[in-house]
Amino acid sequence: MYTLSNRLKLFSVILMVLGAVGLISGFLSTPGSIEEVKEKMAAHGAHGGGHGAATSDANAHGNESHGDEAHGGDEHYEHVLHQLQNKPWASLYVASFFFFMIALGVLAFYAIQFAAQAGWSPVLFRIMEAITAYLVPGGIIMFVILALSGFHINHLFVWADPEVVEHDKLIQGKSGWLNGTGFIIRAAIFLSGWLLYRHFAVKFSRKQDEDSTGNKWYKKSFKISAGFLVFFIYTESMMSWDWIMSFDPHWFSTLFGWYVFASLFVSGITVIALITIYLKSKGYLEFVNNSHIHDLAKFMFGISIFWTYLWFSQFMLIWYSNIPEEVTYFITRIDDYKLPFFGMLVMNFIFPLLVLMNSDFKRMNWFVVMAGVVILCGHYVDIFNMVMPATVGESWFIGISEISAVLLFAGLFLFVVFNALTKAPLLAKGNPFIEESKHFHY
Amino acid sequence: MASKVIHALYIDDDVLMDAVKKVKTEHYHIEEIYTPFPVHGLDKVMGLPHTRLAITAFLYGCVGLTVAITMMNYIMIEDWPQDIGGKPSFSFIENMPAFVPIMFELTVFFAAHLMVITFYMRSKLWPFKKAENPDVRTTDDHFLMEISAGNHDIDQLTSFLGDTGAVEIKVIEKDEDNH
Repeated sequence: MYTLSNRLKLFSVILMVLGAVGLISGFLSTPGSIEEVKEKMAAHGAHGGGHGAATSDANAHGNESHGDEAHGGDEHYEHVLHQLQNKPWASLYVASFFFFMIALGVLAFYAIQFAAQAGWSPVLFRIMEAITAYLVPGGIIMFVILALSGFHINHLFVWADPEVVEHDKLIQGKSGWLNGTGFIIRAAIFLSGWLLYRHFAVKFSRKQDEDSTGNKWYKKSFKISAGFLVFFIYTESMMSWDWIMSFDPHWFSTLFGWYVFASLFVSGITVIALITIYLKSKGYLEFVNNSHIHDLAKFMFGISIFWTYLWFSQFMLIWYSNIPEEVTYFITRIDDYKLPFFGMLVMNFIFPLLVLMNSDFKRMNWFVVMAGVVILCGHYVDIFNMVMPATVGESWFIGISEISAVLLFAGLFLFVVFNALTKAPLLAKGNPFIEESKHFHY
Repeated sequence: MASKVIHALYIDDDVLMDAVKKVKTEHYHIEEIYTPFPVHGLDKVMGLPHTRLAITAFLYGCVGLTVAITMMNYIMIEDWPQDIGGKPSFSFIENMPAFVPIMFELTVFFAAHLMVITFYMRSKLWPFKKAENPDVRTTDDHFLMEISAGNHDIDQLTSFLGDTGAVEIKVIEKDEDNH
């Protein structure tokens, strides 16, 4: 049995408190009116002489609207005001989704291991089960944020704003799908389906430990896993349209669901590897050997490349055909988010490609940890790139509210996951493949 | 000058693995082992070094990538930068996404083919090559271990091999220039 150390508990509580304080300060420091935005931008312009491109850009904006004061100069400031008001909400959303998708990715991976009757992974099942425990609080938080946004308590989703929809023929045409009620109902269906599978999969896995005669519970796990995977691939796809793609309701992409899936899948596998390495280093997993780590690292490597394949397929098709209504999505990202947009390619593709290619490196814990940390940061930036351009536009910055939101959810994630690890023995001893898995050697 | 080798035949790969371990501990020199199929872990107990084929493949892939980049940069950007359907042929990086499929394929092409050719060359395989098969049964259901007799006492060596489970032991005179 794993026991949660006080240090880890304290660490996660500190993360949560720090994150909450930072996020609240982020909410408090948003400008309340156009006047405040003007003051802020003026101050920024005054001391920003040597600040470089970003500030000179802001200056140019300022001058431009000074000249145009007569016709709607305030419109620009109002625009910026909305962006700045969105900023803490968007950073909350990005961090909340990021940690939720890790748990979801692990759930999908777990189901695949069952459905594929994998012989190597059963020793890792309890770790996966513990990570998916985060689905419950994470899912509830996601649901609350989605409900708040779907009913326009904040301005995250433009389609939720009746004033905007009134003047927007395109969104009107999509309002049969994109409306607050449908949005919430769908979210409820997705979440309840995932949570139900998680609940029963864990329950059956514990029952199998108690009574493994005839593998009755194992067979049930197998069946619900196969069923879940069918449900998952539909709902994950729709979830990506609802929760991510609808930030840009004028834009659409057919492989977006797969793209989000690759992102959540690789982050999930990376977290499994990191937690396994951590627990192993603490001496809790004597049955896990470096071949298991090697396999996880292979998955991290392979799915990173799969993610890149989808990223590039989406980007290249749109770049190549250059159809105006589609290409704006990438133009805003390349113009305003150049560093995060291309930086994530380095973190999610080139780095894991070169670091995890060597078979010997995949067995070395510190190599896998290093690659894992970079991959996780890269996929945070990926989600950041999906959400921020539509919510805060060029007013983005990875500052206090973004970092504190990550700290808040990281603390919650660590607390929930490591608490769940104490609930059951770390070896799923009733699993019919457990002996094979214990002696797995590659 | 002729040298003597001993051929010990086995009919089970587990017995063969045990025999290899015993032969190794007695410090006899194994010239070669012939098996009808890959025996997992045989290279490890024989103490063979790891293959470096994967490293060559990586390097060949780098060559392929370089060929693709140099070729397309020269043809599409430097030699005749036409406007084809509005694609920006001002610099390589601006038109890069259009080149990626070719860059990818050439990387894979070079890595795969050159690695296979390297494999053939290193393992001396080519059409019309004379098969080096000491006993036809080794391609079907027998395993053959070839041990150089060297200066060892041949009777002692054969009885030792008999103890390891060999079903048939032969002493072969081998011409040096045959090798």
